[in-house]
Amino acid sequence: MLETLAGPTLQTVERLIAAKRQLPGALLPLLHDIQEALGFVPPAAVPLLATALNRSRAEVHGVLTYYHYFRQQPAGQHVLRICRAEACQANGAEALLEHARRALGCTDHETTADGAFTLEPVYCLGQCACGPALWIDADELHARMTPEKLDALIAEKRSAT
Amino acid sequence: MSIRIYVPRDSGALALGAAAVAAAIACEVIARGLDCELVRNGSRGLCWLEPLVEVATPQGRIAFGPVTIADVPSLFAADFLHSQRHPLCLGPTEAIPYLKNQERLTFARVGVTDPLSLDDYLAHGGYQGLQRALTLSADAIIDEVGESGLRGRGGAAFPTGVKWRTVQQAAATPKYVVCNADEGDSGTFSDRMLMEGDPFALLEGMTIAGLAVGASQGYIYTRIEYPHAIAALRAAIATATARGYLGARLRGTERTFSIDVRAGGGAYVCGEETAMLESLEGKRGIVRAKPPLPALAGLFGQPTAINNVISLATVPIILARGAAFYRDYGVGRSRGTLPFQLAGNVAHGGLVEKAFGLTLRQLIEEFGGGTRSGRPLRAVQVGGPLGAYLPEAQLGTVLDYEAFAAIGAVVGHGGVVIFDDRVDMARQARYAMEFCALESCGKCTPCRIGSTRGVEVVDRIIAGDTTQIPLLRDLCDTLQHGSLCAMGSMTPYPVRSALDYFAEDFGTPPS
Repeated sequence: MLETLAGPTLQTVERLIAAKRQLPGALLPLLHDIQEALGFVPPAAVPLLATALNRSRAEVHGVLTYYHYFRQQPAGQHVLRICRAEACQANGAEALLEHARRALGCTDHETTADGAFTLEPVYCLGQCACGPALWIDADELHARMTPEKLDALIAEKRSAT
Repeated sequence: MSIRIYVPRDSGALALGAAAVAAAIACEVIARGLDCELVRNGSRGLCWLEPLVEVATPQGRIAFGPVTIADVPSLFAADFLHSQRHPLCLGPTEAIPYLKNQERLTFARVGVTDPLSLDDYLAHGGYQGLQRALTLSADAIIDEVGESGLRGRGGAAFPTGVKWRTVQQAAATPKYVVCNADEGDSGTFSDRMLMEGDPFALLEGMTIAGLAVGASQGYIYTRIEYPHAIAALRAAIATATARGYLGARLRGTERTFSIDVRAGGGAYVCGEETAMLESLEGKRGIVRAKPPLPALAGLFGQPTAINNVISLATVPIILARGAAFYRDYGVGRSRGTLPFQLAGNVAHGGLVEKAFGLTLRQLIEEFGGGTRSGRPLRAVQVGGPLGAYLPEAQLGTVLDYEAFAAIGAVVGHGGVVIFDDRVDMARQARYAMEFCALESCGKCTPCRIGSTRGVEVVDRIIAGDTTQIPLLRDLCDTLQHGSLCAMGSMTPYPVRSALDYFAEDFGTPPS
């Protein structure tokens, strides 16, 4: 049985849906808004979106699960996205990602035991001239990363939380 | 008189610490009671020198880089506002050979101006193309773009004028202009740099496209991985709308053109134009069969002009300077310039806008300066994850669409990814199949299933079973001929080229 949304979460989702439901092709903008507000898109938001956009729940679920970026469970406090596309590979991205897995004690798409970090591989951040690159939090990018710099970044983020 | 200091806001510079450098400079300026104006410009595209700080002097802009936060006190101590004696000084920016030897048409303003200042844009030739377009008929605009020889810069290289004519002549209304800014190819970042560094150029190009094809609504579909580009575009749209360069009664005429920015969801295949349309419509990004052409039945089933960022951002200069001006650059059927992107293991990575016609070797050696690691170059992937891997022996190939097609490769969006001699090409072939399996939309069986089988077959080859190589080639044929879009039909390019040119990595005698 699907959990239903309640309280402030429900209000947030309803407010966001009301703001953009009339947009042509509103579903992706709404999924982005909900994920930005809540950190993920709760499966219980699916029926609300379906009703508002006159789509089937299956369709909305299909869209939500098709795109790598959208998540259905909360992430850690910091989502660490490490590029593993070719240009970053040429500068050691695979080794950096492997180092991140060891340093965080989790593998791709997982969250650390303390809930501080979620590790996601990504495919290109547009920083291909200065790889390897990573993206953390809302819009913080780091280029020419090394395992040492990654350790420092992880420590900095941990101490700030 | 106030001295202007430029510190880029481009995300490539931010990724190397530009925000902290800008803050440190601002602090020093205040602490020293100096009269300075800090401008956050785009990036000049000399990425290995970022953060590249510039000082405006009577002799032109003087560059310093790469500047770290630790260098800031010494810059002021060396009086960098008036003196070029600091060790990080690179001299006049425009005289740096990397920049001086380029032909910057599309990127003329990028790195020069404050990307969010409409006044700066206007002062540097902005909106002259639109001004002229507003005096022309739709036919005349399309003729001008057609005569310029501009071909789609997203990779398919389809003549832009022909595409616009098809949309213009379609009977159905409304019509749309969609900018494909879903720049997912590894090794490419020109769209990002343009959107962050000169967003008004893209808005102007789209507005001209709207006038030409008869559309009043445009969409920019870009990547959620480009948060800085999204922010720059939204800010520029708000400014342009407030100042009458977008919206109703465009520049006092009866025309209307509005632009909305939409972000994807991290799906590479949404860079394929029909998958992008599905995504814009709020659906899964599944590729559509063609026909119908999107030009006739595209977004919401309506006639739609879909163009890449660079194509659209090049339109203003074509209108402002005339078709002949642009056509005079380039070779053969590849007219004008292409912003190449030097990426991967390269000493001088960055953006190089050049007329078509230089060789890959010139680009890599004269601009790129060889590998970053200093080790010998072994392979170059041109045109993104679906582009071929080329060996050193192919570096003499001329960078134009036809010359690349002739060797079974693609120029694509102009991304050049360099690998040194530590690369294992069997691993790269495996990665190409793995990426296809991950990103396939699932519509075509050869792409959806074949990519997973491809990973397995490459694994067996890596484990020493070279008898599987013919099977891998068969699989490549099936993908190439049995897939609707480039995802499936071009994944064989990197795989086959790895097999052809780097046979020794697959346990077989060198080719």
